[in-house]
Amino acid sequence: MVKRELLLGDEAIALAALDAGISGAYSYPGTPATEIFEYVQSRAAEFAVRASWSANEKVAYEGALGMSYCGKRALVSMKHVGLNVAADPFVNSGVTGVGGGLVLCVADDPGMHSSQDEQDSRYLAHFALIPCMEPRNQQEAYDMTREAFDLSERFSTPVMVRLVTRLAHSRSDVVTSARSAQNALKLPDDVSGFILLPSNARVQYDKLVKKYPLLEEYAAASRYNQLSLSGDRRVGILCNAMAYNYLREAFGGDIPHPFVKVGMYPMPKAMIRQLVEAVDEVVVVEEGYPFLEEALRGITGAGKPVHGMLDGRLPRTGELTPAVVARAFGIEVDSPYAPTLSALPGRPPALCPGCPHADSFRAVKLATGDAPRVPIFSDIGCYTLSFYPPYNAVDSCVDMGASISMAIGAAHAGLHPVMCSIGDSTFGHSGMTGLLTAAYEKLPMTVFILDNGTVAMTGTQDTLLTGDALVKAVIGLGVEPEHVRVLSPLPKNLEENARIIREELEYKGLSVIIPKRICVQYKR
Amino acid sequence: MKQDIILAGVGGQGILTIAFMLDSAAMARGYRIKQAEVHGMAQRGGAVYSHLRFADHEILSDLIPAGQADMILAVEPLEVQRYLPYLNRNGVVVSSVHPFKNIPDYPEEKSVLDALLELPRAVLVDARQIATANKMPRAENMAMLGAALPFLPFELADFDPFIRAQFERKGEAVVQSNMAVLAQGFRMGMAVKERLDAGMPADAAFREPHANL
Repeated sequence: MVKRELLLGDEAIALAALDAGISGAYSYPGTPATEIFEYVQSRAAEFAVRASWSANEKVAYEGALGMSYCGKRALVSMKHVGLNVAADPFVNSGVTGVGGGLVLCVADDPGMHSSQDEQDSRYLAHFALIPCMEPRNQQEAYDMTREAFDLSERFSTPVMVRLVTRLAHSRSDVVTSARSAQNALKLPDDVSGFILLPSNARVQYDKLVKKYPLLEEYAAASRYNQLSLSGDRRVGILCNAMAYNYLREAFGGDIPHPFVKVGMYPMPKAMIRQLVEAVDEVVVVEEGYPFLEEALRGITGAGKPVHGMLDGRLPRTGELTPAVVARAFGIEVDSPYAPTLSALPGRPPALCPGCPHADSFRAVKLATGDAPRVPIFSDIGCYTLSFYPPYNAVDSCVDMGASISMAIGAAHAGLHPVMCSIGDSTFGHSGMTGLLTAAYEKLPMTVFILDNGTVAMTGTQDTLLTGDALVKAVIGLGVEPEHVRVLSPLPKNLEENARIIREELEYKGLSVIIPKRICVQYKR
Repeated sequence: MKQDIILAGVGGQGILTIAFMLDSAAMARGYRIKQAEVHGMAQRGGAVYSHLRFADHEILSDLIPAGQADMILAVEPLEVQRYLPYLNRNGVVVSSVHPFKNIPDYPEEKSVLDALLELPRAVLVDARQIATANKMPRAENMAMLGAALPFLPFELADFDPFIRAQFERKGEAVVQSNMAVLAQGFRMGMAVKERLDAGMPADAAFREPHANL
């Protein structure tokens, strides 16, 4: 049935995957990708689809690959930095190929609205020789995802659909199309392709390299790659999906120059050559890193002047906007009003009133006193907000799980006491291996696992490791049970909690302190 | 026809709820829609905004270009300031006057209000008073949505089904109270709109209702 629905870019991807007949969806929460999986989960029963959160993105990707191995279609979704975690199975799934259609939707975050970097996933697709589709609106997000499953099965390759925050978190009206049935269970005819022993892997890699020109042909003919040679030929424009929208907005409707718009990769080289031949100079406008621009410039140049991020015509960092694009073409932006208040303070996010993390960090402060400062290696979650005043509590935030592992390095360097803090879900994601290492070495460290019973920052999704199960896991990894201390982080327990923390800081071995109280945002 | 609206406030004030209601109303009237919103970190008490665009033709950018917004609709008066560069020359600011102070350096209240009164087309509403008078202290967003409606191509009644859908599970009394808050906000906006429609110059039409602020 054809319907018009109001959907986030994320939801358009999810609904397309459901309509394409997936049997399973896999993910770990991460802004701006979270809502893809949440939408699938909300309709899982209706579509008879398996959907429960994975412990991390690597587990999610491998789950999807296993579903695909069995001949069924699977969607795996994550934020851009999540793909770093899943990079191992992602790259190798290009080598194995797939059974049932396997689509990875990865949401990049230019401008770092909720991330620690703005890495561009197109490079990873290119690196793995995996095709990438890049929608420019919610309708294309739906249509491309439908197509991606067919493409995946036709060429036996995973397919990446790359979103950016603005599309992931923007709603629009989408026309959907008829549902496909799910695939039947079917194991591979020849399993050697999935057994990447060097002897098999060499065969598979050779197949992959030979497959790539076929993918290039497919992409060259894709309706999402578009060449126009009309208009003022003094300048030609090479752009990607979202940049195309901003260009048309900036030019007031149509682009008055020859252009190539890239919506599917491998990039359409012949089209780009035609464009360059037709114009005097090229301006490259793309949301993300200068991926197309670097390819166009190469080492010896395009033979014509090229402008873009690499020569400063467009900013290298941050997010594209219609105004940024307009200015790159000298189009005046008429913005008649400026702030009328002389000083405008920022309003950064903050820990909620009554947040258990606040009580935990207050107890740590009380235990350690004001000076000398004892650093806390920390991690990714709401508790990172304790960097801001009045807490000024944490000293690092790099990647999921880095708190415990960096504390190991600090202990090796001779720092004492060594403290680190990590949330329950982040611990389940990537903290356990660090703790295992620390326990094996019996390092003198104090690890805080802040157990608020949910994945709070991304909107209270299910955590896989909380409460008694968390305590058992910690002990199971080798931490002495008498140095696993569970606290109740409440204002009335401040003194008592500080006393316990002091005790464990004085202990010259590995301690794990678990302040345990449910997140104030949690509603069930 | 196109309407570009910046919705502004602080995480937790219900910006995305009024965004969704405006989307739904626009959808019901057959308009094309784009509505970019902020999820994740900022929702923890940070500055939250949404770019809402609807039109009778295809909309290209998810973001409203600088200088093109027809309206800034704010549930918090300081937050208006952040988005003024988006406003077009004839754009209207519809803002609550009640501050949300969760930062240590919040400016003096009077300076925030005076800065809004400098704008040529501002509808300022005591949303807090309307919400609490109806025993719905968290419904400031609904009062502001109401105040904006006279300047948008919608009728007050368009929103009945969306309010019902949003609050039904909390009981009929909550549905009715939210409708009352919306209607009271609507009358505040209407007071200005009627002056404009009667041919009063914008300066006077927007300023007179604020004489007591």
